[in-house]
Amino acid sequence: MTELLGFRRPNGRVGVRNHVIILPVDDISNTAAEVTSRVIQGTLSLPHSYGRLQFGEDLELTFKTLIGTASNPNVAAAVIIGIEPNWTNKIVDAVSKATKKPVEGLSIEHNGDLKTIEKASRITKMLLQDASEIKREPISLGELTISIKCGESDTTSGLAANPALGRLIDRLVNAGCTVIFGETSELTGAEDFIAERMATPELKEKFMKVYGDYMAFIESQGVDLLGSQPTQGNIAGGLSTIEEKGLGNVQKTGTCPIVGVLGPAETPTDKGLFFMDSSSAAAEMVTLAAAAGSVLHFFTTGQGNVVGNPIVPVVKMSAHPRTVVEMAEHIDVDLSGIIRRELSLDRAADAISDVMNRTINGRLTAAEALGHREFVLTKLYRSA
Amino acid sequence: MKFKVLVHVKSDDVGVAVEEIAPGERVGFVSLDEVGFEGLIEVLDTIPIGHKIALKEISSGANVIEYCRPIGIATSNIKTGELVHIHNIRSLRWRDGR
Repeated sequence: MTELLGFRRPNGRVGVRNHVIILPVDDISNTAAEVTSRVIQGTLSLPHSYGRLQFGEDLELTFKTLIGTASNPNVAAAVIIGIEPNWTNKIVDAVSKATKKPVEGLSIEHNGDLKTIEKASRITKMLLQDASEIKREPISLGELTISIKCGESDTTSGLAANPALGRLIDRLVNAGCTVIFGETSELTGAEDFIAERMATPELKEKFMKVYGDYMAFIESQGVDLLGSQPTQGNIAGGLSTIEEKGLGNVQKTGTCPIVGVLGPAETPTDKGLFFMDSSSAAAEMVTLAAAAGSVLHFFTTGQGNVVGNPIVPVVKMSAHPRTVVEMAEHIDVDLSGIIRRELSLDRAADAISDVMNRTINGRLTAAEALGHREFVLTKLYRSA
Repeated sequence: MKFKVLVHVKSDDVGVAVEEIAPGERVGFVSLDEVGFEGLIEVLDTIPIGHKIALKEISSGANVIEYCRPIGIATSNIKTGELVHIHNIRSLRWRDGR
């Protein structure tokens, strides 16, 4: 059994990275955040496109995502920069209350970018130096929250990479992990299979309402998803229909009962396998999962999706013999042996598990090494 | 024998080519379920890697079964050994503009 080492945060949650982040509240604060992260080397800024004139449920989701991101156990400390103090402090207070980690807020109004950047740089420098002294300590696998998603899928995803990951997910859930899957639209064709696995009739009803509401929303737009699901990449890889894609997709969720239905970016309050209502777009889903507390993400791909995340290591794997060669620099686990029938699904799960352990202990993923830091907020509707 | 087609469940209508197959080839297939059913099939079309091949006749209008579940409906008669893709099957969802 590999010894696992992680970062235990003041609230008891366990992370596998030790980032100091500079998080803009809104689009116009991106510049100050990005410049600060260039001044103080070894920190990460998380620029994004929204945060102004949003309202209602859409605004709530942006707050939930920003608060969740800064609260993620992979983050040692956070500096929040917004144009004005109210929304900035709302995030600072929520993160501080939930995590007890160091978090500071700065607003640009009445200061300008230059003063803000200077002040932010001084604060960030202190936080980074303090964070650099936090040591990894022994953790157990079951303390971790992990998320899963597939992208640029093809038939090799459903045939090999997803069932192999599903075997590992069963082991992780049994070890006490919290595991999040999502992709509401991409369950189509397999939604009844997911519904049957809900742990209680109430959860089943809740799930069918979330799925039904999403389908109703699509229909209310007078369109269907047939032009975008499956994607052109999916079709080139041999996937013919959304049902075929959905049935391949759910193979990665394993066989355990599903113990909760979460809203986007909602943090699971228990161990076990959770469904989270989310987009199937890679960067959006991983961003929401990170905001919900995931510290490690497994991503299976057929044709070769290259997504990463600023704060969560994304472990990428493919079983497509061409993809693992053509896009080798993006692939952390080569599962192509499965479709050559040289590698059993259980051995493949062992191979993913080995890379998982090394990633937990600090090995950089391909996406981290290549600088993939996609941080994409989910927008529910247009701003005021 | 060399397998070039993998099948999720023995009863499925289609299997997936794990390498490109040329028309006229006779190739082995094997199911991935506990049954591990094996057979031979004569291939009618070029089947690119990752694409599906019909393991049995499928009539126009019939459901096409993979993973033991319907993945769509046949839009024309499909012969054993033919390529199965968007030219001859479509989703069961959002039919007739619904």
